[in-house]
Amino acid sequence: MPPMSGKTLYDKIWDAHLVAEQDGEAILYIDLHLIHEVTTPQAFAGLRADRRPVRRPDRTLAVADHNIPTEGQAKGVGAVADEEARLQLQTLERNVKDYGIEFFPMGDVRNGIVHVVGPEQGRTQPGMTIVCGDSHTSTHGAFGALAHGIGTSEVEHVLATQTLRAKKAKNMRVTLHGAPAPGVGAKDFALAVIGEIGTAGGTGYVIEYAGEAVRALSMEGRMTLCNLTIEGGARAGLVAPDETTFAYLLGRASAPKAGAWDMALSYWKTLVTDEDAVFDREVVLNAADIAPLVTWGTSPEDVVAVTGSAPNPDQFAAADKKTAVQRALDYMGLVPGQAMTDAKVDVVFIGSCTNSRIEDLRSAAAIVEGRKVADHVRALVVPGSGLVKAQAEEEGLDEIFIAAGFDWREPGCSMCLGMNPDRLAPGERCASTSNRNFEGRQGRGGRTHLMSPAMAAAAAVAGHIVDVRDFLQGKSEA
Amino acid sequence: MKAFTRLDARGVPLQIANIDTDQIIPKQFLKTVEREGLSKGLFYDFRFDPEGKEKPDFILNRPEYQGAGVLVAGDNFGCGSSREHAPWALLDFGISCVISTSFADIFYNNCFQNGLLPVVLKPDEVAALMDEAKGGNHMVSIDLETQTVTSPSGKAFTFEIDAQRKTKMLKGLDAIGETLTAVTNIDVYEAKRALDQPWLERA
Ligand code: SF4
Repeated sequence: MPPMSGKTLYDKIWDAHLVAEQDGEAILYIDLHLIHEVTTPQAFAGLRADRRPVRRPDRTLAVADHNIPTEGQAKGVGAVADEEARLQLQTLERNVKDYGIEFFPMGDVRNGIVHVVGPEQGRTQPGMTIVCGDSHTSTHGAFGALAHGIGTSEVEHVLATQTLRAKKAKNMRVTLHGAPAPGVGAKDFALAVIGEIGTAGGTGYVIEYAGEAVRALSMEGRMTLCNLTIEGGARAGLVAPDETTFAYLLGRASAPKAGAWDMALSYWKTLVTDEDAVFDREVVLNAADIAPLVTWGTSPEDVVAVTGSAPNPDQFAAADKKTAVQRALDYMGLVPGQAMTDAKVDVVFIGSCTNSRIEDLRSAAAIVEGRKVADHVRALVVPGSGLVKAQAEEEGLDEIFIAAGFDWREPGCSMCLGMNPDRLAPGERCASTSNRNFEGRQGRGGRTHLMSPAMAAAAAVAGHIVDVRDFLQGKSEA
Repeated sequence: MKAFTRLDARGVPLQIANIDTDQIIPKQFLKTVEREGLSKGLFYDFRFDPEGKEKPDFILNRPEYQGAGVLVAGDNFGCGSSREHAPWALLDFGISCVISTSFADIFYNNCFQNGLLPVVLKPDEVAALMDEAKGGNHMVSIDLETQTVTSPSGKAFTFEIDAQRKTKMLKGLDAIGETLTAVTNIDVYEAKRALDQPWLERA
């Protein structure tokens, strides 16, 4: 028998939430349940049909984000043009009212993308279990919370029982050593990890991110990293909480106050992986080796350095891989071996729960300041929440974007998934800060290249994919 | 939830890897507040051209695969967004079993919540089924009790499935009802947490 080893952060959070075991399945207590209009109507319908109450409305928070328009929100839900979207939004309004759930409606300054709002309000806290009917719930792992997406049946289960039936995942640690080069950040780290392990590489695991490069990230950067964890197949990503985490939380609307803060803090400090803990899989990358990355294909694992080129299907031995690569190139309208910087973009989207926080907007604004969006490019910035928008406006970022020729929008998921009017036309190429470049994700026939906010901003100015480092040099010379 | 015991149905081969939930059911079909009727959006962009006309050569549109109940799919089926509309759409279309070499986690879970059986077979077994399903005889049988898939030509493949999940599928058991049998444990846990970590209680 192997000697007893220490616990990982994931093990600790798991153990602290174990309510019972039933038939080999754990019943795990859920501390925070975030809900939105798209994945909940059927869950509430199920509750009503079975006459079940919501067990803990106080541990539930609702927002309207996925299909709200990003213009004219003050006109209210009644003015939403899309009939089905309106119906979903109205259904949510009715459900939160009937069950006494706190709700930030469209137009409320606190509303925004669910994964931006939870942390911003201080609802997301270290050591919590957090679920939401949205796969990018992994974002909240940045705080050292166990957070992952669930399906609608599970939403109903959590509403009714405040627990989730779950099976424990395996432990993986991804260590990012060293310091990145200028112009390289969390989005590039995340894409590099997915490029390394593949989109199914994390299946069955919870990933803990460690190493100096991760420690040096701001909370925004950590959220970007954990957000994209799901694209590597792992349901949840974790970063152990530290001073950066505590400083972010202090004073937030729902963070613990006074004596409760001290109590919470001493607990949060225990939330680290024990030194002798053993991971089922370890992946190690050097941050200094990572270049600004872009995706060339239709899966987030299709990444390449911006200085690189689209692959040649003949490079691959396996026949199905060849076909897959060719299919992706055809869809993306790229030829094998084409330099990535040759790809002309039609649309630039800065937003989504991956990159719509204040720091993301600052890094994009730093690139566009004093420059102009290329004539043929339609560019939009969609802040992640009303509060991010207000903060950006206070800092004058909106003026920088508008002066450069960007559209400055109201918060929501927007072109990340094209459920609202913001979407790509067939064949349009988009430099996007979102998280999925699947076929049709941003609009039928649309072509998505994922990249960081600074890279997307640079592409807007250049009119094609471009190495943001060229702009940084330009800046220092000026 | 409907119980799943045994299924004899047409198998349709869909030899594409990494089919994501956006492809299974594009987002324009997510704006419903119902569970039924989603079959019209299933594999929409594969089945229909931009004008909404059926693409006759897409496999699900071919006459010999009408009424299919089993989908034989490529690797990593169901990746991407957590939308449960994906299993609902498959079920509404009449497909109650998907066979692949691997599934994405959330999709795999969602299947069990809804009585759709995801079956993992070895790559050569999936390849064999795929080949046979492309031929003239498409009848595939799945027996959950014995954990066996039988190919049109009679080759039998066994598959693994978690014992609890199997029981629930066989009985069509609802997870909420089951969890609520442990409601005292939840009460006790909550009371203890309120003392240990009072900052989590929102007054
Ligand atoms: S921004 Fe995109 S990925 Fe994030 S919650 Fe909204 S739709 Fe999902």
